[in-house]
Amino acid sequence: MRPLTEAETRAVFEKLGKYIGENIQLLVDRPDGTYCFRLHRDRVYYLSEKLLKLAASVPRESLVAAGSCFGKFTKSQKFRLSVTALDFLAPYAKVGHGPERPRAGPAAPLSAAPLSQYKVWVKPGSEQSFLYGNHVLKSGLGRVTESTAQYQGVVVYSMADVPLGFGVAAKSTQECRKVDPLAIVVFHQADVGEYVRNEDTLT
Amino acid sequence: MGRKLDPTRKEKRGPGRKARKQRGAEVELARFLPPEPESGRKKLSSHGRKRAAKRRLGAGSGPAGRRPLGGGGGGGEREPTAEEQLSPQKEKRAVKAAGQTARGRSGFSDGNSKWLAPAKAKKTQPKGNHVELSSDGEVEEGSWEMEEEEDGSSEEMVDDYGASSSEEEELLPIEKAALKQKPDREGLSEDDSEEEEEAEEASKQKMGQKEEGPDLQLNLDIDEQFKLPTSEEIEKEAAEPPDLHVIHQRIQGNMEVLQDFGVKREEGRSRQEYLALLRRDMAAYYSYSDFLLTKLMDIFPLPELINFLEANEVPRPVTIRTNTLKTRRRDLAQALINRGVNLDPLGKWSKTGLVIYDSTVPIGATPEYLAGHYMLQGASSLLPVMALAPQENERILDMCCAPGGKTSYIAQLMKNTGMILANDSSAERLRSVVGNLHRLGVTNAVVSNCDGRQFPKVLGGFDRVLLDAPCSGTGVISKDPAVKTNKDEKDIQRCAHLQKELILSAIDSVNAASETGGYIVYCTCSIMVEENECVVDYALKKRNVRLVATGLDFGKEGFTRFKDRRFHPSLKSTRRFYPHTHNMDGFFIAKFKKFSNAIPQAQKDEEPAVEAAAPSAVPDPIISEPPPKKKKLEESKADKEQKLPQPALKKKRSLQAQRRPLKAVRPFLKMMRPKVPTRKKQHRVKANGQ
Repeated sequence: MRPLTEAETRAVFEKLGKYIGENIQLLVDRPDGTYCFRLHRDRVYYLSEKLLKLAASVPRESLVAAGSCFGKFTKSQKFRLSVTALDFLAPYAKVGHGPERPRAGPAAPLSAAPLSQYKVWVKPGSEQSFLYGNHVLKSGLGRVTESTAQYQGVVVYSMADVPLGFGVAAKSTQECRKVDPLAIVVFHQADVGEYVRNEDTLT
Repeated sequence: MGRKLDPTRKEKRGPGRKARKQRGAEVELARFLPPEPESGRKKLSSHGRKRAAKRRLGAGSGPAGRRPLGGGGGGGEREPTAEEQLSPQKEKRAVKAAGQTARGRSGFSDGNSKWLAPAKAKKTQPKGNHVELSSDGEVEEGSWEMEEEEDGSSEEMVDDYGASSSEEEELLPIEKAALKQKPDREGLSEDDSEEEEEAEEASKQKMGQKEEGPDLQLNLDIDEQFKLPTSEEIEKEAAEPPDLHVIHQRIQGNMEVLQDFGVKREEGRSRQEYLALLRRDMAAYYSYSDFLLTKLMDIFPLPELINFLEANEVPRPVTIRTNTLKTRRRDLAQALINRGVNLDPLGKWSKTGLVIYDSTVPIGATPEYLAGHYMLQGASSLLPVMALAPQENERILDMCCAPGGKTSYIAQLMKNTGMILANDSSAERLRSVVGNLHRLGVTNAVVSNCDGRQFPKVLGGFDRVLLDAPCSGTGVISKDPAVKTNKDEKDIQRCAHLQKELILSAIDSVNAASETGGYIVYCTCSIMVEENECVVDYALKKRNVRLVATGLDFGKEGFTRFKDRRFHPSLKSTRRFYPHTHNMDGFFIAKFKKFSNAIPQAQKDEEPAVEAAAPSAVPDPIISEPPPKKKKLEESKADKEQKLPQPALKKKRSLQAQRRPLKAVRPFLKMMRPKVPTRKKQHRVKANGQ
């Protein structure tokens, strides 16, 4: 378990920035304590400082995971974001539900703006398809945030506002309107179906 | 050619397809239906009406039935009622309970009242703590039951299949319930018909027989007494493939005799012989090893044993736990119902559990599951965490956490505050822990892969510890039938030994001085006394802990004595759960409070060499074991020597250096102690594992 080097930090923040923009600071300075990133066996973990103390006292060979894994570095030092980061990158307050329900998840950010600004909603019919790892086609697209640029990182939701995973917008919002129904509009990056499909590789 | 659509003929529309009756059905039914319902009668269902009609037609003719209607309803423990045989549908226990409410009316009005008496309700609720929230039984069944009660005049019940039900001979109530549930069991259908034939002949005689008592119905005719098989018969049976039907009948007959041994025994045959035969038969019928069955016969009284064995044949209901970090039970239930899942809240004792009756979608793959809104978990696994009662901002250790259900429950109770160290010794199974924790959004957990016995050396000073110890799995036979045969004495002993080591490590990892904590919860999914009460008793003797109430208000109390062993009286606060009484996996839960961080040293004059060698660290529990526990040394026990070699053998992994002085001291000990006859002590860890 060691802190990230400069290069690694840059890679991670760059990737995160694609999804949440400049709000990375909100991930680090949270009302319930300072959080940090640590590297352990090529995986990046996000944990609070208190947890860090506990994790540091566990022998290195025995430590399996600490806090939440955000992603891992590939052999060529590229950072791949994994679906386990979804909870932190998706916005907190869900649209369409009444009073704030008791969330014991990550605390709400200090600013009112949700972390993730670019969202894509998927129709119920193609939910399953996305959960199997397929890209999202125009026919399955329910809603999309305005002014999404091409190749912008997006968070994919179901119509019930349940976060399903991440993606990269294949087309900007304007183009999405024009393109034919079978064209891909969101490239699949990670989805929650991986918890079942790729159980073994999560660690 | 299709059916011509006739707009003038309006199809009856109602719930379900069957609301559309065939033309002419009304005509047919009119033959059966009474001209008008009697005033004050409960409105009967169609099924009920047909039965009533048949009864009226067939009363007085045909083989005399018997109709112990008084015994209507009831769970398996109540006396046999042929109702159960009649109803082709599976009986929900709730229905029985519902049926019982109508039993208020006393006696029967017809001529059978002499010999037909309402049975005393032994248990009004099927063990009140039924986890499975019984959905209110279908109205039809309920009304049918009640109608049975009311209509005490029917002597002969002819069920819809035309077979006339007859007084059950030897079937215990649970057997009847089992018959219901296993229509495909080869022996049973023959059983039915055979019973019926026999009973039909015998029933005439029985009609005149006086009932011996309201809750004991004479099932056997005097001349059909159960006889132990002769040696020739045994040989013959051994030669042929086992006939389950015959074995089943013999089991029932045997149980009958054993219940009332003085009266029904054969002259010159001991109880042991009957028991031995019963054991053999049950082992053959339910496919258990003889060893396991002997153990079970020690734990359960005979009627309960049959219930237990039957319950192990059937899987427990699927239950899920809502992840309150991400959703509420209400919302989750709604979402799942929309997907087509049939579910109910688990019970009053749980605010997060849901039981799934059936579902059109796979429960382990819904988008809600993948989003981490719930976790598939057995109902009994919720209990130890409820007993542990973790508070926010505490440090918790979960020593054997895979696959992570209890850990995530702890995290959700703590609302992701504080810290959890989730440990397991198996790296493979830890993958599922990590997966589950991430999926459910647990952020305050550190996952480690250490041997549990290494705590507290790795890390100590926790506020609470949960130890879900690896065990023989005798409580979850319904999940893994291989346990029936592959467990033997050595396995149980090995498990017990490991559990003892783990529990001492767990106790040592807790900080007794913690303001909010200082609790250890020990649980296993086994029902063996060696793994449960013995381990708890051992811990009480070895460490400064005491047992406290688990906070679970249902469940059977743990044993304070068992066969020749006597445990500490506080073991009454531990809890046992069984599949047949609570409809959840067999479980045992004990909650300790540590009141002092000091580790009690062994008696000083016994082994000074060992004392010097043993620093006050983890090795302590192992060292202090060979010397006797806090018992007075004046009472010397010869079996101390027996104890010494055993830990030396089993704990060779740890601290061999410290063991050597022990070995040197042992012969010295032998000379010191005069040999006295071994006094039976509880909780000694003998090599032969008693």
